Amino acid sequence: MTGEVAVLGAGMHPWGKWGRGFVEYGTKAARAALADAGLEWSAIQSVVGANTVRCGYPGQVAGATFARALGWQGARVTSVYAACASGARAIDTARAQILAGMADTVLVVGSDAAPKGFFAPAGGERPDDPDWLRFRVLGATNPAYFALWARRRMAMYGDTAEDFARVKVKNAAAGAANPYARYRSPVTAEEVAASPVVADPLRLLDICATSDGAAALVLGSMETARRLGVSRPVRIRAVSSVSPSHPRTALDLPDIATDSAPPGSPASDPFRPSIARAAYEEAGLGPEDLSLAEVYDLSTALELEWYEDLGLCEPGEGAKLLREGATALGGRIPVNPSGGLASFGEAVPAQAIAQVCELTQQLRGQAGERQVAGASAGITVNQGLFGHGSSVVAVR
Amino acid sequence: MSPTRVPVVDGWFSSEGGEFRLLGTGCRGCGAVYFPREDVFCRAPGCAGSELAEVPLSRRGRVWSYTDGRYRPPVPYPSGPEGEWRPYTLIAVELAAERMVVLGQGAPGVTVADLAVGMEVEVVPGVLGEEGGRTLTTWHWRPVAGEAS
Ligand SMILES: [Zn+2]
Repeated sequence: MTGEVAVLGAGMHPWGKWGRGFVEYGTKAARAALADAGLEWSAIQSVVGANTVRCGYPGQVAGATFARALGWQGARVTSVYAACASGARAIDTARAQILAGMADTVLVVGSDAAPKGFFAPAGGERPDDPDWLRFRVLGATNPAYFALWARRRMAMYGDTAEDFARVKVKNAAAGAANPYARYRSPVTAEEVAASPVVADPLRLLDICATSDGAAALVLGSMETARRLGVSRPVRIRAVSSVSPSHPRTALDLPDIATDSAPPGSPASDPFRPSIARAAYEEAGLGPEDLSLAEVYDLSTALELEWYEDLGLCEPGEGAKLLREGATALGGRIPVNPSGGLASFGEAVPAQAIAQVCELTQQLRGQAGERQVAGASAGITVNQGLFGHGSSVVAVR
Repeated sequence: MSPTRVPVVDGWFSSEGGEFRLLGTGCRGCGAVYFPREDVFCRAPGCAGSELAEVPLSRRGRVWSYTDGRYRPPVPYPSGPEGEWRPYTLIAVELAAERMVVLGQGAPGVTVADLAVGMEVEVVPGVLGEEGGRTLTTWHWRPVAGEAS
């Protein structure tokens, strides 16, 4: 174990399509996190911003952008980018600064104003960029990759479209109780089945939307938490960050092909399960110790994949776990009690931070109608483009 | 006059010698094969190789998974808002020899209803679309005769 840091404050801007700039959303989330921590902005020693992609500087220098918006006060500033894992990388950077003694109080902010429709690569002619190539040569959008995985689950494990719809129904029910969620209405299996196919077998309601939104955390050393009189803070006990092992044989965004695996070569360690395993090892706990999990349900089918990759059940048994009700609110191990990306949509640099905001509320017992009774340990997991995967374990 | 035919990407496939093949590169040091081609350094972590030779990939493989695109994808897909738009099938194929999964569009007329995981398919030349008065050529996957349902 490398040591713990305390979550002093958590704050969010509601997800939606608000038509305003990401600086405004992020600043509101930051102010909410500061208020929650009971700290003045001037008491923050470091700001870590999770980058959003904008052609121009502000999105790429998110740390400085938020520091400027909150008022220059001399804090250390850092910006990080790791696509969907940006928020987790920002948390990890803040944690490293605290554990290294570089700062006692760090503000982490992620915010985005998302484009409408499919995510697309930046413009220009860039044949050396795998992300550009997959759109150019194949029209392979993000939902296409989600669908390849969904179809493979159907072939390998016998999952059905009805199983996938159950994930949406479950997450929509939880999201209806979350004031920060974009979609706050229950969804029925019939509504999922009636929505248009985007990429067979996935329908519109199987795939998360793009959204505006922001989330922020104030992290501090355990000593700082004591000094502030916080007797039982939520603690971040692990932040994993792993990359795949060669040869990577699972086709994933944004690649057109996997690595080759010569005959007789031993199977490489599959990537996705290694993300949570690293976090469990660092935290000194396992799936049996969890009260809840927040996973990246970019598609309904992908949530089932995460159950297995988190070790909540054996490979191929994700749909069974779901059907038993284990992952619903009130079940043995609720997954996405926040409502997940199904209810929020993607605000890329914010969502991994929002996951930790949800853990914080749950572990403090402040989650209202969606409270997981007696929550004492939670995990988040996410995966970004280009080999980034992160998982955060928080306890109280 | 018919439009000029140009590959959508240079050096990824060829019909030289009469047989259409995807082209990858192979590391002379460790044998790892790359597609899209890797021409400068081998990416195997234990290999310092930088000699990579062009190799034609297996013509056949088995379907690893498949899907389709029912909505027009964004640029740079060569289908501008005014261009003709046809939904397409996407097939991920595990190549017989390389055990590498390669994604490609299905040949015209191949729909998800014609496919199953594990089915044998082969690579064939195809057309991605028209752009700026040129025909962009590409590769397609097509079920091997007798495999189509
Ligand atoms: Zn090599």
